[in-house]
Amino acid sequence: MNILVCVKRVPATGGRITLTPDGRDIDTRYLGFTVSPHEECGVEEAVRIVEAQGGSSTVLTLGPEVATEQLRDAMAIGIDQAVLLETDGADWDPLATAGAIVDAIRTLEAEGGPFDLILFGNEAADTGDFQVGVRVATALGRPFVAGIKGIDAGDGRVVARREFGGGWEVFELPQPAVLGVKEGLNLPRYPSVPGRLRAKKKEIVRMSPAPRPGGPTKERLRLPQSDESTVEVIGTGPEAAPAVVALLTRLGVLGR
Amino acid sequence: MILGLVEHADGRPERLSLEMLTLAGRLGATTGEPVHAVLFGQGAREATGQLGGQRAALAHVVESHQLAVFAPVAWAAAIEQLMAAHAPSIVMAAGSDRGNEVMAHVAARTDLPLAANVMDATPGEPFRLTRQRWAGSLLEDAVLDAPTKLLTVAPHAVAIDEAAGAGAAAAAPAIEPFAPTLTDDDLRVAVVRRLEPDRSGVSLTDAKVVVGGGRGVGSPEGFSELEELAELLGAAVGVSRVVTSSGWRPHSQQIGQTGLRIAPDLYIACGISGAIQHIVGAKAAKRILAINTDPDAPIMSIADYAVIGDLHQVVPAISAEIRRVTGR
Repeated sequence: MNILVCVKRVPATGGRITLTPDGRDIDTRYLGFTVSPHEECGVEEAVRIVEAQGGSSTVLTLGPEVATEQLRDAMAIGIDQAVLLETDGADWDPLATAGAIVDAIRTLEAEGGPFDLILFGNEAADTGDFQVGVRVATALGRPFVAGIKGIDAGDGRVVARREFGGGWEVFELPQPAVLGVKEGLNLPRYPSVPGRLRAKKKEIVRMSPAPRPGGPTKERLRLPQSDESTVEVIGTGPEAAPAVVALLTRLGVLGR
Repeated sequence: MILGLVEHADGRPERLSLEMLTLAGRLGATTGEPVHAVLFGQGAREATGQLGGQRAALAHVVESHQLAVFAPVAWAAAIEQLMAAHAPSIVMAAGSDRGNEVMAHVAARTDLPLAANVMDATPGEPFRLTRQRWAGSLLEDAVLDAPTKLLTVAPHAVAIDEAAGAGAAAAAPAIEPFAPTLTDDDLRVAVVRRLEPDRSGVSLTDAKVVVGGGRGVGSPEGFSELEELAELLGAAVGVSRVVTSSGWRPHSQQIGQTGLRIAPDLYIACGISGAIQHIVGAKAAKRILAINTDPDAPIMSIADYAVIGDLHQVVPAISAEIRRVTGR
């Protein structure tokens, strides 16, 4: 199977987010970069399917030159080749992003044959637009399902499942298909040192798309009003148990 | 008219859909437009009974046998046809899994922009809105320039207007059956089977109390103490990301940006440091009790109460005290 995985370079924000003085971007001076956990699982799944069934895996991103770091990370765990849709680093809205990815897929497929499966993260970690995968699938006339946490692909079909209402919903799609995947799909492996060395030698195809913006248009970013509360320390160690039970009683969560 | 997609289960509208309708009603009060609901499938008529009062003036109910199971493109096609017939100024849904998916299909089919996970909006030209980035750890003020505005509403960002639904049964919206024209392509993606949930436990999203475990739990076995406390409180057990990525517990129990958003009355966070990716999943809890060895852990900044100590000593002591007090 030929599989394409789309990823997005985002800052690794473990702690508090700080904005640039103009309030338009996250201050990333002291941050590393990564991709969404959803996308890490998409990359892992593509590698596993190609390991099991043969074929080829490709990772694609739209972003600045430095996003090759995330492409190399994906190739270090076993993705075969990479595509960079190079931008100047500015935000692209979901319509512009999807349009550029559709153009790139058409070009890549004209040269290398169709992708049987295209994987997106369910939503980007940063902008959380929940729509680029759907727009790409719709433009290409291919079936799409979001929220996927289980994939069984082969024989021209994809069985995909997602959690719903505490149980699972199962879908069957004809290939070629497009899926929005979620963390939980698998447990991604860590890249090995030989994997990292091999990734350095793998090819990165570059394209330079022109944005066709459609909105929404960002005006500024701001931090939410602080949820910070004054914490009341009700005790230390196991001796705090009676105070905790008194609290549970007061909150009405005990003795129902 | 403002059109809102109302999801429902067991004949009741979903909580996130009522939050969406609350914002829809607020926007409609500004623009002077009525709110219409659209509901799909079995139980839709029953669910409209709880959309009375000021929540919705009219309910379009789609009962086609082709839509007995969830089919995201077909839902989007039906909404697109309602848009063509009624020319709503705004079409909105909850920022739920289905809501975001269906609205993305509507946006893709109509080539309109979609603002996902909106917290508030100001109708007019320009149409301004505030939406969540990073699952709510960052907000974006944006402008939506489109002939029809497509929105989903961020979960737990809008408090349900209970007054609007009061006396709802008496004034349920008029039902207008709607039969969309669907092609084979629209029905190509549909649920082929469902694996029903295990109903023995309390679901994380419905639980009044959630006992959460993080890195401090230390091992898969360490969760037995949390499960005992959860059992005594009728609570569900949830976890932070490190727990699922270590393979200690299934991902279905993960609370946070890439897992579930919970909104219990009480969240007991045990051995959880409180990275923002976890906090965004738990901050809708009414009260948070943190049990942690580190009094300076980030979780303390959103906690209401704290016990400083090792959860492996504190949690069993709480369970023992509950047993002593309740005689169980």
